[in-house]
Amino acid sequence: MKFDKPATTNPIDQGKIVGKPTDRIDGPLKTTGTAPYAYERHDVVPDQAYGYIVGAGIAKGRIDLLDDSAARKAPGVLAVVTAKNAGKLGKGNFNTARLLGGPEIEHYHQAIALVVAETFEQARAAAQTIRVDYVRSKGAYDLARAKDSAVMPTGKNEKDTAVGDFAAAFERAPVQFDATYGTPDESHAMMEPHASIAAWDGDKLTVWTSNQMIAWGVGDMAATLGIPKGNVRLISPYIGGGFGGKLFLRADVLLAALGARAAKRPVKVALQRPLMINNTTHRPATIQRVRLGATRDGKLTAIAHESWSGDLPGGGPEVAVQQTRLLYAGENRVTRLRLATLDLPEGNAMRAPGEAPGLMVLEAAMDEMAEKLGIDPVEFRILNDTQVDPEKPGRPFSQRRLVECLRTGAERFGWSKRNAAPGKVRDGRWLVGMGMAAAFRNNLLTKSGARVRLGGNGIVTVETDMTDIGTGTYTIIAQTAAEMMGVPLDRVVVRLGDSAFPVSAGSGGQWGANNSTSGVYAACVKLREAVAQKLGLDAGTAEFADGQVIAGERRSALAQAAKDGELVAEDAIEYGELDKRYQQSTFGAHFCEVGVDAHTGEIRVRRMLAVCAAGRILNPKSARSQVIGAMTMGVGAALMEDLVVDKRLGFFVNHDLASYEVPVHADIPHQDVIFLDETDPISSPMKAKGVGELGICGVGAAVANAVYNATGFRVRHYPITLDKLLDHLPTVG
Amino acid sequence: MKAFSYERARTPAEAAAAVAGTPGAKFIAGGTNLLDLMKLEIETPAHLVDVNGLDLDTIAETGDGGLRIGALVRNTDLAADPRVRRDYAVLARAVLAGASGQLRNRATTAGNLLQRTRCPYFYDTDQACNKRHPGSGCAALGGFSRHNAILGVSDACIATYPGDMAVALSVLDASVETVRPDGQTRTIPIGELHRLPGTTPQIEHTLQTGELIAAVVLPKPAGGRQVYRKVRDRSSYAFALVSVAAVVQRDGSGRIALGGVAHKPWRVDAADAALPRGAKAVSAALLDGARTTPDNAFKKPLAERTIAAVLVDARRPA
Repeated sequence: MKFDKPATTNPIDQGKIVGKPTDRIDGPLKTTGTAPYAYERHDVVPDQAYGYIVGAGIAKGRIDLLDDSAARKAPGVLAVVTAKNAGKLGKGNFNTARLLGGPEIEHYHQAIALVVAETFEQARAAAQTIRVDYVRSKGAYDLARAKDSAVMPTGKNEKDTAVGDFAAAFERAPVQFDATYGTPDESHAMMEPHASIAAWDGDKLTVWTSNQMIAWGVGDMAATLGIPKGNVRLISPYIGGGFGGKLFLRADVLLAALGARAAKRPVKVALQRPLMINNTTHRPATIQRVRLGATRDGKLTAIAHESWSGDLPGGGPEVAVQQTRLLYAGENRVTRLRLATLDLPEGNAMRAPGEAPGLMVLEAAMDEMAEKLGIDPVEFRILNDTQVDPEKPGRPFSQRRLVECLRTGAERFGWSKRNAAPGKVRDGRWLVGMGMAAAFRNNLLTKSGARVRLGGNGIVTVETDMTDIGTGTYTIIAQTAAEMMGVPLDRVVVRLGDSAFPVSAGSGGQWGANNSTSGVYAACVKLREAVAQKLGLDAGTAEFADGQVIAGERRSALAQAAKDGELVAEDAIEYGELDKRYQQSTFGAHFCEVGVDAHTGEIRVRRMLAVCAAGRILNPKSARSQVIGAMTMGVGAALMEDLVVDKRLGFFVNHDLASYEVPVHADIPHQDVIFLDETDPISSPMKAKGVGELGICGVGAAVANAVYNATGFRVRHYPITLDKLLDHLPTVG
Repeated sequence: MKAFSYERARTPAEAAAAVAGTPGAKFIAGGTNLLDLMKLEIETPAHLVDVNGLDLDTIAETGDGGLRIGALVRNTDLAADPRVRRDYAVLARAVLAGASGQLRNRATTAGNLLQRTRCPYFYDTDQACNKRHPGSGCAALGGFSRHNAILGVSDACIATYPGDMAVALSVLDASVETVRPDGQTRTIPIGELHRLPGTTPQIEHTLQTGELIAAVVLPKPAGGRQVYRKVRDRSSYAFALVSVAAVVQRDGSGRIALGGVAHKPWRVDAADAALPRGAKAVSAALLDGARTTPDNAFKKPLAERTIAAVLVDARRPA
């Protein structure tokens, strides 16, 4: 189905099932521990052996000697895979460094060996006997020092942008703001490590893994092994957290496959926790400079946002300036990305890549500018709203209700009670402050396919390689199919995460929900046609409701259409040019109240509110879960998440979940989420958009702005930890 | 993890003799620290002597009005004991400030005392660490040292002792009762159990090989206001950046100790003596000789501010 005209009324608009708060259909499996995650799939193939990865102990250089003789002789060992014996390996599209290093080492904890043994303990013990001598080379590990050598990246949407004459407008602006901020490297830190089981049947490979993007994984696996894509089957029905860290083929999958080939047995591999942080991808640190020029009454006339980040050779930048091209009006504007070469582990997508760190800076800068102007931060943003793409004023937003988000949020949060003078509100030992920020994230459209089956028992089965990364995809797909086919939710079976199914959008960039359900919509339209034809009804006018198909005076049970055999329909949603004519984005407003311990500087969030405008909310219950989870991640980014670089040795030092701190339950107080009632017919037949990542965008800045309001001191380098505040707190006593 | 042999001891003396008599042997109780370290091969015991079956899991009143806490009393039970909560509140508070509910259910009193540092370089076997591999150097010096020690440090090691419970025990003037391989017992004042790193940071306490902690003994209740204040980046499940344990009497006298700043709970006689003179004098005594890195220099002002806040709190009328 080609979607090239705005959607008109369709069966989804009935809203009998879609749009209703709905429990996850996979919830009971997850809460009872019976959802099969990759590493636990003991039943799928017999005789599984265990692999254990050895990561490089240096950041850059080469292996002089790798002595695995003891490992090979160790009890239970079946094989040891290294670059020496793995055969020729290619590299996937989505990988920067090689997944199996040696003799050259490109980053710390790059995999250099896999030991395969009868048991996990044997594999681990043998792996620890491998002795490696390295020759270190000098590497670059410090973004601040590498900043001046950074160059303009070459990727799409990574080049400099300029509209009007920023320099002149900034120079002329009666009120100017110019500051530089920093965001640290961050880790996805998901609960389930990267984990895979691989089994060969002749030259055909099957992997059970934990991956957000099935088709990317198949493609990169085939490219890395040098085998046809058709020989790779990838299965990933349940994922214990991804956050962007499982968008790609990683060492667990590749080494499981290589280990299985070497051991001539199925092999399972999980990345041990200390490897997850330096072996896989992370969100790169940024240095960002924002310059704003405004009239005295608060109209922005000049906006410049520059961001520096680093990556391994061949890698890309953190696209932290993207939102600044679209969020506020202003005739003169510039954005610039600069990319330095760093020899740290490779950077890549994590939880709203680009916008999350970009808004942590832009929205803090807006807060600082509002104060400079003496204008309320909410009003300052409203004053600079735009209904068109500021770079191309002829191109409107498909929907943009940022102002309504801001006003609704301000009212519901009690923003009027905020004391604009910072450092003035005290509650016992706590300095109390309120902050807010706008939220913005684009709505990305991508082809997505599905197959729908109608069985003789009336059961509708959906098959797509779409993944559910804990977001609720199973449920919204079931809701879509139920609504379209006129059956209750419990008559729908959803099968996901298998490369044997039609290729979908996959999960990432908050594009999963809208695109994958639109693909299911398209397949259901085809199935409705097949059903109508089978029943001799007019597909154009037939209504599907309550397990019946009704056309005029005629009615028939839906199941009747499949009485002679299952009906199967397959289709994909594909998008025309609507996103060229309209800018499609999602909007929100985040509000936050913090307490800062006046004695110790400890920062604790007291309450939070998000207001989101993101098209049709397919399942308000799981959408709320996504948004409060994202808000929690935003608190982490603001207050604690920080992969600390050892700038001498070139690695992230705090590489476990004890030392890489993310919020715990006690850190997260009351969270409210409001979804504006909205449909966006420009987006898709579902009239939905993404919402998960919108939930994190701006949160960090809202927290930072609240900390400033509480203390009167602005920390521009995240995370805002107590050591940065200590010198600016009142005397104790 | 290296392969190891395993036995269950029936008496404390048998356990002590078993460890003393087997090269590379260690005791195991809750295992909440040891097993993690074994998986990473930071600890590689050849033999484990399981002491969980020993009859050391009760809290009993002593003849002189104190409490004798068995070595195997789980942290959860210790913190929940009504006598501990009533008479040794600083201890209950310190225990509850540590770890998580699940870990406290498993972790024992003696095991908690002997937990090892959380210095990230100690935990990374590809990095130099004099504590893990004597003579290899200290990667934390000049590296990421935000959590590391500022007091009693040496050129060989700037690791902290990570625990909370021992800091409270320190201001309670607790002592440790041990059983030695020959069956003899001895009593070690809590302040003498942990060592400073010096040139041998791998030796963390004064117990002899095979010497088993049988109990922690609390003297009769100290009274006063008892405070345990743990400062950290998140609200729970994090080690202290700085912690303060204090017992402050109505007349302003008392005892005070710091956690998170040294290789052992940090208590200084002069600081106790300075309590009636106020926070500044106390801080000066406690922090005398502090040696910081750029990463952990904040611990000094943080400790000063936390001490001041604790003393304000302890002196507030009930």
